Amino acid sequence: MEKVDYSKYAVVMKGITKRFPGVLANDHVDLFVKKGEIHAIVGENGAGKTTLMSQLYGLIRPDEGKIYINGVEKQIRNPNDAIEAKIGMVHQHFMLVDRLSVVENIVLGQEPVKGPFFDLGRARKEIRELSKKFGLLVDPDAIIEDLPVGMQQRVEIIKVLYRGAEILILDEPTAVLTPQETNELFEILKNLQKQGRTIILITHKLNEVMAITESVTVMRLGKVTGVVKTEETNPNQLANMMVGREVLLTVEKEKAHPGEEILQVKNLVVKENRGIEAVKGLSLSVKKGEIVGIAGVAGNGQTELTEAITGLRRVESGKIIFKGEDITNYSPKRRREMGMGHIPEDRLKHGLIKLFPVYYNFILGEHDNSKFSDGIFLKIEEIKRFSEELVKRFDVRPPKIDLLGMNLSGGNQQKVIVAREIAFNPMLMVVSQPTRGLDVGAIEFIHKTLISMRDKGIGILLVSMELEEIFSLSDRILAIYEGRIMGETTPDKTTPEEVGLMMAGHKLEDIRQEA
Amino acid sequence: MNIKKYLLNEKVIISLFSVLISLVIAAIVMIVIGKNPLVAYAALFYGAFGTKEAIIDNIMKASPLILTGLAVGFGFRAGLFNIGANGQVIIGALLSAYVGTLVGAYPFFLSIPLVMIAGMLGGAAWAAIAGWLKAYRGAHEVITTIMLNYVATFIANYVVNGPFQAPGGVPKSPSIAYSAQFPNIMSVGATSLSTIIFVSLAAIVVIYVIIQRTTIGYEVKAVGFNPYAAEYGGISIGKNVVLAMAISGALAGLAGTTQVVGVYGRYFGALSGSMGFDGITIALIGQNDPIGIALAAFLISSIRTGSNQMQIAGVPKDLVVIIQGIIIFLVAANRIIKTIRIRKRKEAEA
Repeated sequence: MEKVDYSKYAVVMKGITKRFPGVLANDHVDLFVKKGEIHAIVGENGAGKTTLMSQLYGLIRPDEGKIYINGVEKQIRNPNDAIEAKIGMVHQHFMLVDRLSVVENIVLGQEPVKGPFFDLGRARKEIRELSKKFGLLVDPDAIIEDLPVGMQQRVEIIKVLYRGAEILILDEPTAVLTPQETNELFEILKNLQKQGRTIILITHKLNEVMAITESVTVMRLGKVTGVVKTEETNPNQLANMMVGREVLLTVEKEKAHPGEEILQVKNLVVKENRGIEAVKGLSLSVKKGEIVGIAGVAGNGQTELTEAITGLRRVESGKIIFKGEDITNYSPKRRREMGMGHIPEDRLKHGLIKLFPVYYNFILGEHDNSKFSDGIFLKIEEIKRFSEELVKRFDVRPPKIDLLGMNLSGGNQQKVIVAREIAFNPMLMVVSQPTRGLDVGAIEFIHKTLISMRDKGIGILLVSMELEEIFSLSDRILAIYEGRIMGETTPDKTTPEEVGLMMAGHKLEDIRQEA
Repeated sequence: MNIKKYLLNEKVIISLFSVLISLVIAAIVMIVIGKNPLVAYAALFYGAFGTKEAIIDNIMKASPLILTGLAVGFGFRAGLFNIGANGQVIIGALLSAYVGTLVGAYPFFLSIPLVMIAGMLGGAAWAAIAGWLKAYRGAHEVITTIMLNYVATFIANYVVNGPFQAPGGVPKSPSIAYSAQFPNIMSVGATSLSTIIFVSLAAIVVIYVIIQRTTIGYEVKAVGFNPYAAEYGGISIGKNVVLAMAISGALAGLAGTTQVVGVYGRYFGALSGSMGFDGITIALIGQNDPIGIALAAFLISSIRTGSNQMQIAGVPKDLVVIIQGIIIFLVAANRIIKTIRIRKRKEAEA
């Protein structure tokens, strides 16, 4: 075998193969990341990106293949080995202790000590120096739970740097950020790059890839389908490599023809689980045949708002009027019967019963409908026929209705939910985060479906943390911040920056006055 | 259908493995204390199946265990841990015995259903108290059903020592009417095989159908698997918690009833024995599947029935408690077996 010199690469993964029962998650994957570059790994869900990075970080071990760090072959058996090789990972879900301070979180596990005691002073000093060096400003004594998400992410990054990481892996880092926070993160990443760090970015947002990376590795179905320099490619080409066919990145839609008002929310007040008001006197309305998008950063009352509208959460005060009827105190069942569909934010919590077969999941909410039940017995044959039809119509894969919900991929689980909710001919659809965690192909499908529902005259209330999604689907945009609407606009009369400011708590009229 | 079969197999394998391993461990214990496990197991087997009497005894022991196993298993399906089957057995038995003393004037085709309904309603109502407390007051059913067990025991003690005591000062109820008693199929010596076994067999079918085929079963399972999704789908969690507890309690109450109408002909204090708690064991080994529960009930009744013979062969009877304990431990910790299997598969591939 010929000896190759990998010394100009920070990371080389060669012929990585990882099998899970029934799945070839990584199939002889090669990854080359040059020292000091920002390298993106893009691909659909289930393409094997996170699996690949988990092997680099030692969370799982490859069945085959070799890993070279700075040209030297390394055995990475666990995260400790990875940290020793100066590799750090910032996970999609932060690994922070909410009740502890920033300093305490950062040094956790590697606390500086003075004799038998924790040396808080030294820890604080070290962290001040670190954050100054990299432009990662954060108050070392703040308690994590008081910090906004963007700040928490900084803490995660400092934590990784504190452990001496030269190579940083970031898994979908912008999923939870506002556009402003995203820009700040990019500044930080560029700064890190200037200081000689190498960064690997897992993402599915192609515009971000274009904005800050030098090169891209595209994965599909466990294989590498392309390695390109960012400056030599474009989002469309990347999307095609990811999906293996032509994809439309923006939805084509006609102008909306809104009809009468179907949903009105008046001065709604809803509390979150800890008893604090999360929706604070919010009003909005949705007309037939239009999509009203609610833009906002996660945790600003969206969950409570949609749960209140669909009847899953108690309303403290205010009114919800649907089809002219006050439904504020109606059960979820009654709202369903009146024609309210719901694509929930958390599909595994609310939308799907993982241990039910697909054909049972297709009738959730309609299981006592005379179509599927004679009052006592389920009409199993009819249910199966109905399910076969939906599976075909919505291209659920694999097309097996006996499969348990948990055995479908995220995209196909979402298709099951969307199919079910559409099948019952709702007049209003409350849609929350419909494409979270889905791949480009599934997103395209869900978006097209929502537009065609709108064109059939269904009113749609769309809640999304993805500003791009809000812009491409909505006919009207409302921005939510701390349980209040900051302003209403339409996609053609605003910019992502303006909506981003509203999402950060600025009222629309104030923004426009200042401008 | 393949997936379902696969899962079913997985479950069966876990239960069978657990039984086998526990027999092996018990054998090791026997060797350590200087006994011959082969002799012991031969005696155990002979004691459970060796004679007509043994088989009848075995079936009669299994019969109420099937019902309490179904009771606990049905609760599990709804995500409820009904530890109170014993109390429900007592209340069901007590109520059926009381009604049994009133129906002497009716023909059997009226009195038998009346007595059975009384027993089931008694158990259902008793369990529904815990269901209601859980659904609308947030009290955990494990706590409330345990407490209701005590309450049931004391009520029964009071009743059969006072207002509902048979003449003669013994703590037991008067005999129920002859028309309310289930006939025997056959008798060998002092042991009789009662027709109550058919009640248990029918219950297996009914519960299977409820779970697999009905709207109620769908809702109960939905609540058990994922209450959030159930609520989202318009299924009332409160209603289903109460209903599932009531059905569970009805089965336990029926277990008590069968002892009144098919075995003792009256209520007396020790009638419930530990059958409510055995129901937990059986539901676990049977993995909440009606047929699995039936088989598990026969397993438990067999080692119990055979244990006397084992004692005679010189091996302490208490060993069956060890066997039972290890089975439960392994089924509950089924990950152990899964892990062993996965490792084996990996080794086979390598």
